[in-house]
Order: sequence, then C-alpha cells, then structure tokens
Amino acid sequence: MIQVHFTTQDGSVTSAVGTDGESVMEIARNNGVHGIVAECGGAAMCATCHVYVSPGWLARIPPVSEFEDELLEGTGAPRMENSRLGCQIKLNDTLDGLEVTVPASQY
Amino acid sequence: MGRKVVIVGAGQVSATLAAKLRADGYDGGITVLGDENTLPYQRPPLSKAYLLGKQAMAQLHLRPAAFYSQAQIDLRLGCRAIAIETGVRVVRLQGDEVIPYDHLVLATGSAARSWPAALGGTLEEVRTLRTVSDADSLSLALRSAGSILVIGGGYVGLELASVARTLGLAVTVVEAQKRILNRVAGEDTARYFRTLHVAHGIRIVEGMGIRRLLGGGRVEGAELENGEVIACDLVIVGIGAIPSTALAVAAGLEVDDGVVTDEFCRTSDPVIWAAGDCARVRTSAGSIRLESVGNAIDQAETVAANIMGGERAYRPRPWFWTEQHGVRMQIAGLSAGHDETVLRRTSDGSRSSCWYFRKDNLIAVDAINDAQAFLAGRRLIDSGMDVDRAAIGNPSFDLRNLAKATLPEISS
Ligand SMILES: Cc1cc2nc3c(=O)[nH]c(=O)nc-3n(C[C@H](O)[C@H](O)[C@H](O)COP(=O)(O)OP(=O)(O)OC[C@H]3O[C@@H](n4cnc5c(N)ncnc54)[C@H](O)[C@@H]3O)c2cc1C
Ligand code: FES
Repeated sequence: MIQVHFTTQDGSVTSAVGTDGESVMEIARNNGVHGIVAECGGAAMCATCHVYVSPGWLARIPPVSEFEDELLEGTGAPRMENSRLGCQIKLNDTLDGLEVTVPASQY
Repeated sequence: MGRKVVIVGAGQVSATLAAKLRADGYDGGITVLGDENTLPYQRPPLSKAYLLGKQAMAQLHLRPAAFYSQAQIDLRLGCRAIAIETGVRVVRLQGDEVIPYDHLVLATGSAARSWPAALGGTLEEVRTLRTVSDADSLSLALRSAGSILVIGGGYVGLELASVARTLGLAVTVVEAQKRILNRVAGEDTARYFRTLHVAHGIRIVEGMGIRRLLGGGRVEGAELENGEVIACDLVIVGIGAIPSTALAVAAGLEVDDGVVTDEFCRTSDPVIWAAGDCARVRTSAGSIRLESVGNAIDQAETVAANIMGGERAYRPRPWFWTEQHGVRMQIAGLSAGHDETVLRRTSDGSRSSCWYFRKDNLIAVDAINDAQAFLAGRRLIDSGMDVDRAAIGNPSFDLRNLAKATLPEISS
C-alpha cells in the first residue's frame, strides 16, 4: 500500500492509497479526487492529468520523458518546475507518502 | 432544478455527468441505466493497449464501484431502457419497471455498423468492436487466427490492423473509398500511415469494394470487386458507427443521424438532454455529431451545468488520438473541407505534422509523434489567430513561441 496526499484547490487534503505500478492519475480517479480529468485515460495524449509534485519528492520520480515534457507545455494551469502528468508517475514503495497539488483547472 | 436526473447509457458521458453533478453540489437523485454489465469504462484502449493485453479491465473503469455508492448514484447495470414516456416523464425498463424523471439524459452512444447479412455478414468470425465483451472475444479469436481481413481503413480499423500484426497475424486492410482515412485526414497523413503499415508487412487495398464474404458457416475469405479472393479466418468490420437513437425516435424527439439538440445540448423536449456519440448539436455554425472522448466529456459537462440551472453553450473543440505500430498521432480540429495543407517535417522524418487550412483559416492539425505541433495547433485554432504558413512549414521554427504568443498576457 502506497499513500498519496492530494491537496485540492480549496486547500483540503485527500489521502488515498494505491498499489505498486498504479499511476497518480489512477489513484486520484479511483478515490474521487476532484480536478483531474484524464481525457485520454493515461495514454499521455491529453495533458489533463496535470499535478504539481511537492518539491521534496521530485527527485524520487523518474525524470520527464521528451513526450511528457512537450505535453506539459499544453497544461491548462501554468507549468512550473514541479509540474508532471499524473498518468506518467507510476507508484512504487519509495513514493509512499507522496504529496501532490491538483491545479485549479486542467483546461 | 429537478429532483431526479435519469441518465440512459452507462458510458463516458454518464460517468462524467454524474460525477460533475455531484461535484457541483447537485443533491437530488441520480439514476444511471446501462445495458452492459460493466462499470462505465473507456473505449479507446479496446483497439489499442487493452487488446494487446497491456492494460487490465480495472484500468478501463472510469471510476471504481465505490465511487457510485459513495456519491449516491444509483447505477443500474445490465439494465436496458426500452421506452420513454414523455407525457408522464417516465423511462420504461425491460421487465416493465418504470422510473420517473425530472431531467432525462440520453447518453446511449453508438453501435458499430455491421456488414450486410446478405453479403456474408452472419458468417462466424465476422466481428465488430464496440464493447469490452467484443474486445475480450476478439482477443481470443486473434490468438487462434492466422490471417485477418480488416474491412475499413479508418482509425479503429487501422489500430486493429496494427494490433493483429503485432500479434503475428497476416493482415489485409480493404478500404472501399479511394484511400484510407479518407473522411478524417488528408492525403499526407494517409500516405504516412499507408507506408507505416506496409513497412510492417500489412497489405493495404484501397479504392476497392468487397463483393461478398465467403465461407460456409465460418468465414474463409472475401471476394473483392475485381474478382480477387483474399483468404482469411477472421474478419473485422470497421466501417463506422451508427448513433443509438431508437429510444428518441420512438419518443417522437427530433432525430437526424443523432438526437438533435440545441447548443445547450437540450433536445426538442425541454427536460430531455442528449450528449456524446448519440447527439447531434445544432450551433450557429451548423450541426455536428462527434464520436470522441473529449466531445463526450465536454457535452456531459455542458448538460450538468444546464441541469443545474446554468446557460452554458457547447462549443465544439474536436480532438482525437490514435496509436499504430508505436506511432502516436494527436489530432486537433476537423480537417474535412480543407482547401490547403502545409506539411511540417523534421529532416529525419521522426516527427511530422499536417496543417489544414480553409479559406486561410487553420482548421486542423494532424501531429505525428509531435505533441508540440498538436498543442500549438490547438491553441491557434481556438484563438482564430492568423497563422504564418511559411514559419509552420519550416521545421527549425520553434512552435512554442507561436503558441505562447496566443496566450493572454499576464499583467503583474
Ligand atoms: C474501439 C474504439 C476506439 C476508440 N478510440 C477512441 C480514441 O482513440 N479517442 C477518442 O477520443 N475516442 C475514441 N473512441 C470513441 C469513444 O470511445 C466514444 O466517443 C465515447 O465512448 C462516447 O461516449 P458515450 O457516453 O457517448 O457512449 P458510450 O461510451 O458508448 O456509452 C453508451 C452506453 O449506453 C448503452 N446503451 C445504449 N442504449 C441503451 C439503452 N436503451 N438502455 C441502457 N443502456 C444503453 C451502451 O450499451 C453503452 O454502454 C473509440 C471508440 C471505440 C469503439
Ligand atoms: S491522462 Fe491524458 S495525458 Fe495523462
């Protein structure tokens, strides 16, 4: 069980558990976290699963691929240094306790 | 605001709509009626990762079962609506139960167009793909077949060809129109995919109809209009989809290749709405029916806002994607009716994009392995800004600058 804490726009935190190999997008979707649309269902096509990763956690996540990097330019909310596509962050034990913030909008 | 919303069809639209109503604070009843036995799920992987065995069923679900119960959404699966009685505002179910509604949403999707029975359509192993149960049985069939004929060179047909080839089958695609992707993309994009499929050992036959499918009991081949016989032990028919409008027709709603709605997604009955594949929206620019996830989501959100008392007009923002032989294409806009194209290609050919114009306006972009071109195209189409064609055609011109220029200035 790997726990992820989502801070949503109203400032509230939803904590959800997922399993090894699940993506941050899937955990959000499966636990009713608002604000992640995921139109393409994780195919890295839509950029509507944008999250901001708490800076302390960034280094533990594999770096952005070229494709993710390009797609991040198309997020609805501004891209920041800690922007990632939720569907491209796959959970593993080292990410237990991961903290991410859901942006105000995905469009 | 009505106290009870009933949604017919448990697919992309209904999952989005029910969730959106709750997220926006709607506290009346929500009942979702779905004739499949599965939780609402995404269809795009059915012809891609799921069929290849790279994605599990649970990953297709748009929401887990617990979501519906927690949100007090009465999700009734394996439950088919058979009639709408608009006068008394009830939906009749198979088995004769009736469910009253204050707002009814038609989200019945579409059904795969089948091959005519008189031309061999009822032979065994002549299949279509629409549902996860179609995909599961197709998956088994693909693993025991040696050769497959795909009828129709649209996106779904070509994706299926790619999957079948990856699984080791001999694959032929036959397209009756003059070329593959004829309705949905221009010649450059069609050429790219033709070359790609041929390079993977797939035979593509274009501009050639099929006279009939052959076989006694089980399909054994197809006879083309030029007399050639192509042997195969599996046929997939990918010749488009038909909007599921039977309920609306019987209820006397206006239907014209889709349940007709105004720009608020309201049908000719003021408490009945339609969204997704089954709906044809009339806007000032004409009427449009789209079959895509993005459209289903946009329309579902429009209906949710309007049921909540808003006046949100739907604005089409078509986009689509496809994956074939590991190549990714994202499409912004609709290219039909273009009168000019500009091709943008890196020198090694690893990325390319085709930009479609009509009367000098950018209307669509097909972006192959090039998310930057997709995003820039989408922004430019939305903004209606003039596009410098020479710049676009020059692969060393950085598209990010172009797209950024269309963003509103942020003042400090
Ligand atoms: C193989 C395949 C690949 C695709 N690939 C892509 C893609 O890459 N990108 C993309 O954007 N789109 C793609 N699409 C299209 C996309 O899946 C659809 O546009 C989307 O699912 C439409 O959502 P919907 O809610 O309108 O309909 P659906 O998701 O089809 O849901 C409608 C549901 O209503 C049910 N129903 C119908 N009548 C009744 C009744 N009387 N009573 C009860 N239930 C009823 C149906 O059985 C169905 O379960 C693909 C579709 C298919 C089939
Ligand atoms: S879900 Fe579409 S890019 Fe992540």
